[in-house]
Amino acid sequence: MLSLESVTYAPGGHRNGKIEILKDINLKLEFGKMYALTGPNGGGKSTLARVIMGIYPPTSGRILLEGEDITGLAANERARLGFGYAFQAPPTFKGLKVIDLLEIASRRNPQEGCQPLRQIGLCPEEYLQRELDGRLSGGEAKRVEIATIMAQDPRIRIFDEPEAGIDLWSFDRLVKLIADSHRPEKITMIISHQEKIMRLVNEIILIAGGEICLQGERDQVWPQIKETMLCDCLEKCPLKGEEDVECPR
Amino acid sequence: MWNALDRKLLKEIADLHALPTGAFNIRKDGEGVERRSRPGIEITSGKGQPGVNVVVKPGVKGTVHIPVIITRSGLADVVYNHIEIGAGAEITLVAGCGIHNPGGELSRHDGIHEIIVRSGARLYYKEKHYGEGKGSGQRVLNPKTSMLIERDAYAELELLQVRGVDDTLRITEAQVEEGGLVNMFERLLTDGTQNATSEVEIKLIGDDSRARIISRSVARDSSRQVFKFRLIAHGRGRGHVECDSIIMDRAAVRSIPEVWAENSRAELVHEAAIGKIAGEQLVKLMSLGLTQEEAEETIIGGFLSRTGGDSNG
Ligand SMILES: Nc1ncnc2c1ncn2[C@@H]1O[C@H](COP(=O)(O)OP(=O)(O)OP(=O)(O)O)[C@@H](O)[C@H]1O
Ligand SMILES: [Mg+2]
Repeated sequence: MLSLESVTYAPGGHRNGKIEILKDINLKLEFGKMYALTGPNGGGKSTLARVIMGIYPPTSGRILLEGEDITGLAANERARLGFGYAFQAPPTFKGLKVIDLLEIASRRNPQEGCQPLRQIGLCPEEYLQRELDGRLSGGEAKRVEIATIMAQDPRIRIFDEPEAGIDLWSFDRLVKLIADSHRPEKITMIISHQEKIMRLVNEIILIAGGEICLQGERDQVWPQIKETMLCDCLEKCPLKGEEDVECPR
Repeated sequence: MWNALDRKLLKEIADLHALPTGAFNIRKDGEGVERRSRPGIEITSGKGQPGVNVVVKPGVKGTVHIPVIITRSGLADVVYNHIEIGAGAEITLVAGCGIHNPGGELSRHDGIHEIIVRSGARLYYKEKHYGEGKGSGQRVLNPKTSMLIERDAYAELELLQVRGVDDTLRITEAQVEEGGLVNMFERLLTDGTQNATSEVEIKLIGDDSRARIISRSVARDSSRQVFKFRLIAHGRGRGHVECDSIIMDRAAVRSIPEVWAENSRAELVHEAAIGKIAGEQLVKLMSLGLTQEEAEETIIGGFLSRTGGDSNG
């Protein structure tokens, strides 16, 4: 089990005057389960993923992996423990090639890089030698990012809006790839707004305003989110009522 | 004739594991040591000046190596090389200098190259600079390359300096005639207290002349780098300079661009950027398991690799 206890995050250190992007996050994630993390833009999903990956150090609170405190571990140390995070917006690298990244991810075993590329719909012959610079299209870069995580094969996997920029025809394939590669010894978390992804997971976590508003079994939570939570989340907006924008529902 | 140190230096700068099969002239500690001409490629001693004349006959294809190595402390070596690539020829020219300075005195090499690429010829010029040695003596390299690229000729310059040169002033000049094209790819890494200055001046003389310059550099520790790029169009030419530096530690980088058009149909672009390694790049590689140091090395290695900004003629 991976658990977060009272985790907060305020960029640039402590809380004197700083805005908290994550407020008192308590979360338990079990091996063998797939989770969807959803919620409005700016709600704190990517920030939470980065805190779990060890990219952002929590301002307070603890992170425990199978009871062991890993709060102080950096991203590379967590990678060694089996954490992996597919970025929402993968960075570009001048001069590095797709094959370089796959080799790093698969710990210098380039053979393991070809299969994920193929699975994600990129022909290795065509893409292995491509540079990871701005010349890759948005969707290509996103696919390479997912292939990289597949090559890394972590046991705690977070995909940050994997479907963003992926064309409609490839979307089903992507969903299937993520579902098929899930294992009883893995935790899979998918940050998404897509109903198709929601149908895939065991549990849904709704985060808005840096707080977990709702968490539970998919079949119980999803109808609630669709029906009411959107408005509840909007309720929290300090400007409510001052603008004459109608509720979209 | 060549000892282990010589061979190491030659391997570093010219990727030579044995004597080259093409034409060559190898200069060591201020003297030409071994030379070979080839049919259509003649190498002779310079008249009244140290250095060589290389003349490639029209239409000839081949490789010419003219590396320079210095293995002594306190040596100042100046050479003047004149190189002519005949019309329609296609030549790979490997220059470069390696200094091993074992002592406390300054060792220095000034390589002055004058290169004419005759019409329709293609020149691939590679120049690598390398320094080493445990002594406290400085290793200084001041290359100057002046080129004339005639009508419809092509020159590709690959200039590389990644280790051990304390001080360098590199001057590269080219005049490009009608239909000519020059592609220059410079890669530079400095560390410690090294200084490097690179001055490039490209004159697009003729119509449809083109120049593309990509400069990538990494400045570490307390090193300092200065780049001066001047792109001048007299004809209806097109030029593009892309100058990109990664700055680390306490280093300093100055980039001074100049684009100068004397023709209303010229198109000149200069892009220059200096910045630290992007945080997202580091974080991405670290989340794949690399330590921060490994991630930095990977990013720098890629940035300075030949793939960066592939050029095509
Ligand atoms: N370093 C930072 N400094 C200040 N604010 C930040 C920083 N990083 C994120 N934020 C803010 O924190 C909030 C949460 O951002 P986050 O990226 O986690 O949202 P998200 O839920 O992933 O949104 P989206 O659905 O748009 O991807 C946003 O309002 C964002 O602007
Ligand atoms: Mg996000």
